[in-house]
Amino acid sequence: MFGAAIAYGLSRAGVDTLMLDGHDNNLRAARGNFGLVWVQSKGKGLQRYADWSRESACLWSGFAEELTDITGVSIAHRNDGGMMLLLGDEEVEKRKLEIAEMSKQSGATGYDCEIITHADIQAYFPDIKLGKAVTGASFCPHDGDVNPLKLLRAMHSGFVNSGGRYKSRCTVNTIDHANGVFTANTQEGQFLAPKIVLAAGHGISQLAESVGIDAPIRPQRGQVLITERIQQVLPMPLNSVRQTDEGGFQFGNSEEDIGFDDGTSLDVVQNIALRAVQSFPQLSTVRLVRNWGCVRVLTPDKCAIYEESISHPGAYVATSHSGVTLAAINARLVSKWIATGEQPTDFNHFSASRFHVQAT
Amino acid sequence: MFRRHDKLSQAKGDNVTIYFEDVPIICKPTDSVAAAVLLSDPGYTRRTPVTKAPRAPYCMMGTCFECLMDINGVENQQACMVPVRDGMKVRRQNGVPILPGDSKEPGND
Amino acid sequence: MTEPADLIVIGAGPAGLAAASLASKHNLSVLLLDEQAAPGGQIYRNIEHNITHESETCAILGAEYAYGAALAETCRASDVTYTPGATVWRIDPDGSVAYSVNGAAHTAKGRRIILATGALERPVPIPGWTLPGVMTAGAAQTLLKASAMLPSGRVVVAGTGPLAMLVTLQLIDAGADIAALLETTRKRDYFSNAMLLPGAMAGQDYLRRGMAMRRAIRASGVPIYGGVTELEARGDGQVSSVRGRSGGERLTFEIDTLLVHDGVVPNIQATRQVGCEHEWYEPQRYWRPVRDSWGTTSIDTITVAGDGAGISGARAAEYLGQLAALDAACRLDKISMADRDSAARPIRSAMQPHTAIRPLLDGVFTPSFTTPHGDDTIVCRCEEVTAGEIRTAVAQGVMGPNQIKSFTRCGMGPCQGRNCGLTVAELIADVQGVPVSDVGYFRLRPPIKPVTLGELAAMDLSETDS
Repeated sequence: MFGAAIAYGLSRAGVDTLMLDGHDNNLRAARGNFGLVWVQSKGKGLQRYADWSRESACLWSGFAEELTDITGVSIAHRNDGGMMLLLGDEEVEKRKLEIAEMSKQSGATGYDCEIITHADIQAYFPDIKLGKAVTGASFCPHDGDVNPLKLLRAMHSGFVNSGGRYKSRCTVNTIDHANGVFTANTQEGQFLAPKIVLAAGHGISQLAESVGIDAPIRPQRGQVLITERIQQVLPMPLNSVRQTDEGGFQFGNSEEDIGFDDGTSLDVVQNIALRAVQSFPQLSTVRLVRNWGCVRVLTPDKCAIYEESISHPGAYVATSHSGVTLAAINARLVSKWIATGEQPTDFNHFSASRFHVQAT
Repeated sequence: MFRRHDKLSQAKGDNVTIYFEDVPIICKPTDSVAAAVLLSDPGYTRRTPVTKAPRAPYCMMGTCFECLMDINGVENQQACMVPVRDGMKVRRQNGVPILPGDSKEPGND
Repeated sequence: MTEPADLIVIGAGPAGLAAASLASKHNLSVLLLDEQAAPGGQIYRNIEHNITHESETCAILGAEYAYGAALAETCRASDVTYTPGATVWRIDPDGSVAYSVNGAAHTAKGRRIILATGALERPVPIPGWTLPGVMTAGAAQTLLKASAMLPSGRVVVAGTGPLAMLVTLQLIDAGADIAALLETTRKRDYFSNAMLLPGAMAGQDYLRRGMAMRRAIRASGVPIYGGVTELEARGDGQVSSVRGRSGGERLTFEIDTLLVHDGVVPNIQATRQVGCEHEWYEPQRYWRPVRDSWGTTSIDTITVAGDGAGISGARAAEYLGQLAALDAACRLDKISMADRDSAARPIRSAMQPHTAIRPLLDGVFTPSFTTPHGDDTIVCRCEEVTAGEIRTAVAQGVMGPNQIKSFTRCGMGPCQGRNCGLTVAELIADVQGVPVSDVGYFRLRPPIKPVTLGELAAMDLSETDS
């Protein structure tokens, strides 16, 4: 997701760009993405990232329109807000505390998120019954969603249409650097350029090290369930449930520290299914058609890393697990930074050096 | 589209009556719903979600999913895997199924 | 918590029935799960009912069908716990199995699992194949077996493979109006392969029987056209005609039913979902699980038997089931390796004539419809993705079946690639100019068959040791 968005932006700006991609059965976190353009849960501990996510959400509508205009691929972007459903009083209290913390952290900027009641929620969803177990939700007007697979396809298409070159089965094994030129060594040959962007998700840490950047990422699995198609009844995404534009209900949001295993497990699937039918009892006769695991690319504080190498200027790292939310801002501002050097405001907050700050 | 073999048309054992689009069909207890539907004309089982094209059973062994039908109010059932039962109400599935159950009904989950 | 069974057998066709029965005889506790309401799989579908109540159907289907009754009887008489109507939707390498019966999901655990899920028909992506009235030859045979039904109007049978001829003859015997048999088998395949195998005496016998079938078909007044190409089904909302070309001649038949057949391929949904390694079998262009001479896959707890391991027919399936059972008994310390091997010897001998003809059959009846020619032909029936859309995506750099799925939705529908997986791989290979074996296949995920959220939520996971 990161690579495609940045490459798209570069290519649209007229920069000669070559995108090197791995194999069909690599981990490929982009294929497992839930599709949320999400703001309300971002940036705890790093206000700059909370703002960054919100800025991206605001750029998203224009980005979506542009993608559809250029490629003809409709990506089903919705931007009317989103909710985190809360089941039971404990979840509501916990969320209230989190909202208070984020409001404090955000200061003057503010944190647009409020708790709404069961009746409020049901009013948003006249065509599907809300379960009694739902005691509230936190609503954020900036949240939304998009069809992540169509998004990826549209970005690829837009990239290629603007003159970008794409090579698959071309995993970059090592990178050499001499006289201001980077050489990417792959099984299909060597590729040279004065600038190189590492947006390879799970492939990133070793490569980044070789060009003098620290990119500490760890894997975290999330399992996703998708059902058969049903007529549209859920007009707004929730943090762990959304109805795709094709009609399937998608559920997820588990967090498992299990390494690079993209498999699935019945206990987690059951928990997800249970929460789904507690939230919307009518879904109990709807059928699951597919269940997969996807390995998130997580940084230590779950916020993005953007960095240009000091020892190897021209080498960049860009990564976060929120590839869909950030696709708009990646395509617009991050590609501009890479092309022209123009940094977004306070961009140094996203350097990986923040993980090495000594406790004072 | 299909008919019973001449020498076997006298049903041995109990007949079963199902209703396909409100029209009664006499079947044998060992028939699947899909087989019973094929006794009528037109014997198509559904219209597709993408283009509303009509489809009918293709494999009769549960691998093609063309026989997805509404059986007694529950949609998306593979009719070739469901044995007929007396009084069953069978309807074609029209595109994408609706959300089952009652959205307006208050009360217990 | 329930004690794990020694053996879980999935599939009650010849391989599954034979495996379960023999394993039980060797004192293994066996759980046999099958999604149909009665034993027999597809080849012996509805055998118990027919052998007792439908002698006419049995007469039409022949002695080879009636043979299956004994397999079902032996299993019923054994100590096997047989659960019909059980749809298995998830298998794990540790021997756990999740399945649904009567709207409730359950889990079970076996110390070993034998997968005997059989075969399915190779997809036949010709123009118009999604029209109502176009079905597989196997489907028509199933309707005869399960419901004593036959097509009511005019029928053409088209394609290649022993089943196409067999079904044609059976339907003629049953009284169907068959307008023609259109064989896509390339004429030269017959001749160049007939001489292929020294010592394949059974092959000569088979060829003779095949020739006899063809004579019988012709004698009944049904023409057989050979070397047919450019097959196309036409109609508006329902099939009304079929076209093709044979030699220089254009053929058109007005019909009500078109039965297509392009051979059968192993059903690899379960073996792929659990993660077994697969290999490409070039002569018949399908994937089959990698296994040893007992059927053990790349996952040590899981054995495959029958057509699901590689197409070898009903009789071989029975013997492969027995071999798998013997190996299971040995691995679970019920019999010694020496006893296993000596019991296996007569089974392998009995199996030999059935497997010896395979290279001949595979060489003669090579697949005819692997790559759709037209761009408008539907490849993914569920999502209505055409060959042209897939070709375009590949030309734009899409590298493999999973990315095709991601970009076009091909393979995301309810059938989860059962009817398009092979075609997609062939198309990618064709456009990229690489061997199909390099292209790979869809990543298959659970559930193997759909299961409701309610069932999942209510499942008792403590039924097995997790």
